[in-house]
Parts: sequence; structure tokens; C-alpha cells
Amino acid sequence: MSLAILRKQDVPNFVRNLLRVYHVGGPVATDGHFSFKTIRDPAELRLDYPTTILPPKKFLLPPKETLFEFENAQEFQIKPPRLEPRTVIFGVHTCDLHAVRLLDHVFDTGHADPYYNNRRRKTLVISIECLTPCDEHSFCKSMGTLSADEGYDLHLTDIGEGYAIDVGTEAGQKLLEHAPVKDATPAEIQKLNATLSEKWPRFPYRLDFDVSDLPSLLNMSMQSPVWNELGERCLACASCTNVCPTCFCFDVRDEIGLDMQRGQRVRNWDSCQLDEFATVAGGHNFRKSKALRQRHRFMRKGKYILETHHFLGCVGCGRCARACLVNITPVGVFNELYHRKEVGGQP
Amino acid sequence: MIETKEKSLAQYAETENRLFMPVSAKIKSVVPLTALEKVFTIELPKGMSLDHRPGQFVEVSMLGTGEAPISISSSPSRSNGTFELCVRKVGDVTQAIHNLGPGDKLGVRGPFGHGFPYEKFRGKDILFAPGGLGLAPLRSLINQVLDERALYGRVLILYGARNPSELLFKDELETWRKREDVELMVTVDRGDETWKGHTGVITTLFKGVSVNPRNTIAITCGPPVMYKFVLMELFGKGILEGNIYLSLERRMKCGIGKCGHCQINSVYACQSGPVFSYRELKGLEEAL
Repeated sequence: MSLAILRKQDVPNFVRNLLRVYHVGGPVATDGHFSFKTIRDPAELRLDYPTTILPPKKFLLPPKETLFEFENAQEFQIKPPRLEPRTVIFGVHTCDLHAVRLLDHVFDTGHADPYYNNRRRKTLVISIECLTPCDEHSFCKSMGTLSADEGYDLHLTDIGEGYAIDVGTEAGQKLLEHAPVKDATPAEIQKLNATLSEKWPRFPYRLDFDVSDLPSLLNMSMQSPVWNELGERCLACASCTNVCPTCFCFDVRDEIGLDMQRGQRVRNWDSCQLDEFATVAGGHNFRKSKALRQRHRFMRKGKYILETHHFLGCVGCGRCARACLVNITPVGVFNELYHRKEVGGQP
Repeated sequence: MIETKEKSLAQYAETENRLFMPVSAKIKSVVPLTALEKVFTIELPKGMSLDHRPGQFVEVSMLGTGEAPISISSSPSRSNGTFELCVRKVGDVTQAIHNLGPGDKLGVRGPFGHGFPYEKFRGKDILFAPGGLGLAPLRSLINQVLDERALYGRVLILYGARNPSELLFKDELETWRKREDVELMVTVDRGDETWKGHTGVITTLFKGVSVNPRNTIAITCGPPVMYKFVLMELFGKGILEGNIYLSLERRMKCGIGKCGHCQINSVYACQSGPVFSYRELKGLEEAL
């Protein structure tokens, strides 16, 4: 397949064409930060963003979504929620792309989740290659997410005056019909190759060990004193899980109107860092201390999710590190465990 | 006679993409057991059956209040188109369920999880050790075993409650007590003036029991604090780790292995449990 080039001045046209058919989400500038938002004006889309507060997960697993509505609570009449629009998520970094692949696996394994899958099947992903580190917190290179060879419908790489477009799927190919693209010249192909190979040295490795050793390191770390130390610092605010692209735990609850008849059942993002998360009806809490909850969080990221879904549960985006008020970071925790093991024999 | 084919609720939910959408079920009868517990007999819509195994649970919905996981208390052998839930009034949803009477509707999803692998128990002696509300899920298996009694060896039931007024299924306890092929022992932590039976925590019942450890399956369910002490008694009798089964309580929100609330390390209790052998749980932190 030939390589397509989209000139930068033609991006707004492409987005405008997409908006005629799709709901488009992408990064926009908001109050000194960047956020994934619904794009209404093509000029809002900022493909040069470093990172966003929340990951694009919110288009697939919204912070709150309706599972069903009911008209009459006593008579038990329920109806499914309205159908979702066809969506294009534009400008997804590869760390977040890896996270979406994990979510796809989670929600399509075992009992397939009808809500996620319905939305996912109607969603196309246009990802973009990162060429410089977003800040000191990202550690994508260590986690193996600095690039991606699948999971996208279209993948863009900035080669100066335009974007080189890699087509990942047939749906992506059809999407290109909306884009005023041209075939790449030999010079542009060369520019793409140079861009991709020159980017790697710009990104630091931030884990002090190879990530393939992370699961076994965590395996040895169940009884590590590190968790108690984290527990003493952690404020149990759940900021880390709220901004995480791979966290998918949710709560299910009902909302009812003042007439006590009409309402809806919703699910919303929940957090294993909150006190009530593992508490049962009688009041017993299976992860009562913040130490146990932090351990659960990091074990999920580096071990449990891998065991269940064969993907690491952390993609190195650094959002939790940025969001944490007491500077608990995955890089800090994983490196601490590693160095304790190296020095003392025990993490 | 026209044979109507019943569809299982779980199959229906899966194939119709209705995993989160409860079906409307009708309450046939309500029997109060104690100040806190009532037994609800529930009928699914026509043409639908629960097809559960002992040890499985359902999610019960009260629209506008929410959903709660409740273990199924009746045995498949006595299904007769209905099933029973023993509900303790302990939160918003269970309080709302307690306000219901015959003819009222509630929502049901499930059944979820693995039940007890009771086919493997055949030919063995079975020691049940329920504590408190733990009798509710074990009653499903106890009655299944009693309804195919000849297939098992000894049946021992060691049941403990906090006080006489909290004993569940008293009529059924009497029925079991009268059977010669059931060895029933009941204890309460604290007796009252009417109590003539054994007094002491559930572990005190084990002293008077001898079992063949190589041929005994032990099954326990109760409040979290109870497990370690009961396990010590079972190990003391030499019962093998793989022959000890526990039914664990967790606050399952989805029942389909996604929401994370029932997660024990990498295991989702709603999928791999809530019934586990001790051998499966042994390496899991936070399980007990």
C-alpha cells in the first residue's frame, strides 16, 4: 500500500468532512492543559499536545453511562439506553492506544460487555506518533508503548509540512476518503524513516530494569515494606485511578427522579483506592488499609492484569504521577522495589 | 401433552446482550426467619428457569435503590419453577427487599459464579460448617445432598450462630435433627434462658467429632473472621486442603468479571468463585 500524505493545512478540512458523518473527539487546549473533548470546530483540534488530563478512554468507557432506563420502578419496566453515535477519536498517542487495546480485550473476554463493545464497534481511532517526550513523568519507552504497530485505523506521523498516514484497517482506508491526501514522494518516505529513527534517542528509559522483569519483581514484592510506606503517604483521593487509561473498575447504582418512579441504572468509574471499594454489606473491608489498596493498584498494573489479559496494566503515560498530590509514581515505586531487591535481596 | 422448553436466564442474558438488564421476577411467598432475615420464594417469568448450581448467587434489583448479590438458598433438586433467597436486612437494597410481599416484583440477574462441584463429592463424607448467615448458601447444597442421599457417605452439619434468636431455618434444622442419616450439631455463642443446647463458638463443636480425613469433604461459609479458626480445626482433623471448600462474600457489582469489586489478587470471585477450594485460595493474599 502506498503511503499517504496529509498536508497540515488540510487537517481542518479532513476534520470538517469527518464531522459531517461522525462524532469526533480529540485533544483541545483548556485552561493551560489539554483535554480530550468533542470537537465542534476543526480549529480546536491540537495534534501538537503533550498529554491530556484524562485519557481518550472516556469515549469508550464514559465516566458515567446509563445501563438502562425505567419508567415505573414498582412495575419493573426497563428499556435499554439510546444508541451511541459513530465516533472518531482523533490524535491518540501510542501509550493510550496500547491502553485501548487492553480495554478491548478486557471487555470482550469472558462475558462480553455489550455497552463497551457496542461503542467500540462504532469507534475509529486515529493515532499519532509521539516525537518528543511529553514531560518528565512519562515512561512509555520503558513500558514498550512508544510506538504501536496495530490497534489504530489510521496512524499519523508528523514529517514537517504534513503527516504521513499509515493505514491500519479497512475502515481506516475508507476514512481516508474524507481526507484530501496525496501519495508520498520518495523524499517524503525518506523523511518519515528519518523522523521515526531519530525520535528514539530523545526518549529516556526511566525504569532501572527491563520491563519484562516487572511481573517477577512484583511476584516477590507482596510482603514488601514499600506498601506500608506508600500507605502512610497516600491520601486515598483516587486521583491516580481516575486519570488512568487502563483502569476500568466501575460502580453500579440507581438514580431515581423525584416522582420515585422514573430513573436509570448507571455505572460510573470507581476506584480501588477508596475505602468502600472492597467493603461488604456487613462492614468488613478486605483491603482496609491504604497500604493494601496501593499494593492492589500496582499489582494490578504490573501483574494481575497481565496474568488475566496478557497485557501489562500500565502503559507509562505518567498521568497518575502528575495527578498524585504526594508524589507516588509508578517509576518511583517500581524502581524502589527493584533497588531494594538488588541491595537487600528482598523487595 | 405439549412440552415447553425452558430457557435459562443466564443463556438468555448472554445471547440477548442483556447482561446488565435484570428480568422482572415475582415474589410467591415471604417467610420471616429472624428479626433480620426473611426467605423469599421467587418465580421467574414464564418460560425461563434459573438453572443454578448450589453455591451460585444472583444479583437482585430494586429499581431506584440498586442491586445486591444474594446467594441462592434453595437446591436445584427442589426448584419446581421457583428459587429461594434468604435475605438479611443490612443495607439499602436488602431493606427495600424486606418491604416486599407476595405478588411484588423484583429484578434478577444471574446465576453467577461457580457452584460447589458436588458431583465430585459423591461417595465421600461431607462435613458442613456454616456460621450465621453462612447457612443460607450451604442450605442449597445440603438439601441437594439430602435429596440424593444414597450417593454420599456421612453427612455432618456443624452450625453456629451468635444467639438462639439468630438461628436460621429452625424448622429445617429440626427435620435434619430427626434424620438418622444426618449428624447435626448446633451451637450458639451466647445462650439464653430457653436455650438447652450447646454453647460456645462454632469451633467448640469440632472437639466431639471424629472423621475419616482421607474421605471427608469439608464445606464452610460464614463471617470473614470465622474462616481462619474453622480452617485450623479442619487441618487439625487432617482434612486435605483440596477437600476443603469455602464460599466467600464479596460485594459483586457486575457479576461478569469486570467491575473489580470482588477481585482477590488476579482472581475475580464472581467468576472463579464464590466457591473456592482452600488449595485455590491458599496463595491469594486478601482472600480471607
